[in-house]
Amino acid sequence: MSKMLSVEANPLDCYLRVDRIPHIWCVGCGIGPATGCFIRAIDRAGLNPDKVSVVSGIGCSGRVAGYIKLDSFHTTHGRALPFATGLKLANPELTTVVFSGDGDIVAIGGNHLIHAARRNVDMTVICINNFNYGMTGGQMGPTTPMDAFSATSPYGNYEYPFNLPYLVAASGATYVARWTVLHLRELERSIAEALTKPGFGFIEVLSPCPTVYGRLNKLPNGLDEMRVYREKSVIRNGAEPKEVELAANGPIVVGKFVDIERPTLWDCYQQVLDRAAKHKKR
Amino acid sequence: MAKNDILNGEFFINGDTACAEGAISAGCRFFAGYPITPATEVAERMSERMPQVGGVFIQMEDEIASMNAILGASWAGMKAMTATSGPGFSLMMENIGLGVMLETPCVVVDVQRAGPSTGLPTLVAQGDMMQARWGAHGHYEIIALVPDSPQEMFDLTIQAFNFSEKYRVPVLLMADEAVGHMSEKVVISEINPKELVSRPRPKVTPDKYLPYDSKKGLVTPMAVAGEGYRFHVTGLTHDDRGYPTMTAEAQDKLVRRLVDKVRLNIKDITRVEEISIADAEVVVVSYGITARIARYAVQKAREEGIKAGLLRLITVWPFADERIKELAALVKAFVVPEINYGQIVREVERCAGGKAHVKSLPHMGGAVPLPDMILQAIREEA
Repeated sequence: MSKMLSVEANPLDCYLRVDRIPHIWCVGCGIGPATGCFIRAIDRAGLNPDKVSVVSGIGCSGRVAGYIKLDSFHTTHGRALPFATGLKLANPELTTVVFSGDGDIVAIGGNHLIHAARRNVDMTVICINNFNYGMTGGQMGPTTPMDAFSATSPYGNYEYPFNLPYLVAASGATYVARWTVLHLRELERSIAEALTKPGFGFIEVLSPCPTVYGRLNKLPNGLDEMRVYREKSVIRNGAEPKEVELAANGPIVVGKFVDIERPTLWDCYQQVLDRAAKHKKR
Repeated sequence: MAKNDILNGEFFINGDTACAEGAISAGCRFFAGYPITPATEVAERMSERMPQVGGVFIQMEDEIASMNAILGASWAGMKAMTATSGPGFSLMMENIGLGVMLETPCVVVDVQRAGPSTGLPTLVAQGDMMQARWGAHGHYEIIALVPDSPQEMFDLTIQAFNFSEKYRVPVLLMADEAVGHMSEKVVISEINPKELVSRPRPKVTPDKYLPYDSKKGLVTPMAVAGEGYRFHVTGLTHDDRGYPTMTAEAQDKLVRRLVDKVRLNIKDITRVEEISIADAEVVVVSYGITARIARYAVQKAREEGIKAGLLRLITVWPFADERIKELAALVKAFVVPEINYGQIVREVERCAGGKAHVKSLPHMGGAVPLPDMILQAIREEA
């Protein structure tokens, strides 16, 4: 009676370069689950995958572009956003997604982040925040909590971290959310929303890095940080971005914080094209 | 887009403006840049003209972003350009390397000013010639053209786009402050569409497409975003599929091809202008604004009965090795004036191989060398 268990291809394999699996991510890493949310969100949003482009920078999260079977660009460190800005402006029909990490998008690429948000470029940014530089062995960065240990903060980090939702909301983003990789359904829904909403969408995804960050900060197993997320997360949709700072002893506030309307960069550029045409006629 | 949106006729314009118009005539419809003297006029002209021709102008937050934006635009199928000067050129270097690695057609204009660092922002130099060659890390070949007049700012911008599309490389237009800011007559004639080159495109269905399959040639067909090819490209060393491949063999195959697609086409790419070379005993090798001064010095030398000639480099990279090697066997000396402390002169020395004397005429920048200095050197070498 016993039958061989046959594993059919996952219906969402069409979004993955299955010939590149297994991926490079460590056991317990949160990038895989977040990538799963991303491809389910594309499916859920009903987008034509031929018209979706993914741009990544450098780092563990920067490898996402290489596993996604869409037009995908693995660019230089920090520069996914301006690359994606050029891509989107040159072909506004494309749904443009930047999928990368906190070090890439916020540290070396921080200037591009605030300017892309300011311009309200119609794109979705999925920013994995694992509180450190995983690929290079766990150095501190602009999202590392105060006093946390890392390969370059052996006595504890002495810098204040960014509150990312506050930063991008203040810069002009029209959709801002934060989830952890424990909140897979909410994250998937949020990505689908951002993908279909015109304007600059930013989703921070808190994600465990047990191999380097976790090991140095008493969270050495994949599940340890997930337990922290379960214990400390509170969903507060509509919370003031200023008040969602990740404080040492405070809650992890997650949810959709910003969802507003503002003409996109491309909308505004249409007016320039009209003005130029009228100017010529005169 | 209406045909009359592209200029046609004779214009009295500066080199930067001519460069912008050359880009438009070449089919460039995307410009991203950042203000910097003495290249700002290119951006200003593009900000006015791109909306008129239905293109995109965007002023980015810095030159790093500008360079990346044109790479992105090129991958969306547009011909794209940026323009800058020394400090911005330095910032662009890493992503010129990305352009080389992804094989992205685009044009980067450097209107050179005196450095290092902020240097003399408003004054002329030719100090970025070696940076153009080797500025990005790793080993690669690059194409760099050097205009000597506003007319060539126009003509060579078109040529730069053609090379970039033909070979799928970023092409550098190495102008200088004098050529960028001087105003002269520029003839803009209607471009025959046949003169404009477009990147090779895939002829296979998406399931059969390999982004870097070089079986049929060193320059591989390029799909662009949104066409259904669902390709992957990466700055990592990659295989024919565009997938990262971390081996010495993959590195050898890829980098060899990136180098060869330029190096093996040197005859097609390298352009020089020769004046009074046939019987010359002393040949001035020069480029850009300096070549215009050298032209006068050579004429004066001829009037004195000295057999002088001028070899003007229009393409500086890849370098005109063969021509200089040929001449080295025939002439007494090369004189190499340039507005730096000796960059291209090293290349001339390498090609001369000791067969002819090579005289460097360096100028630190901030002004152009005077014809008398070049004439004196010709006399001494004759």
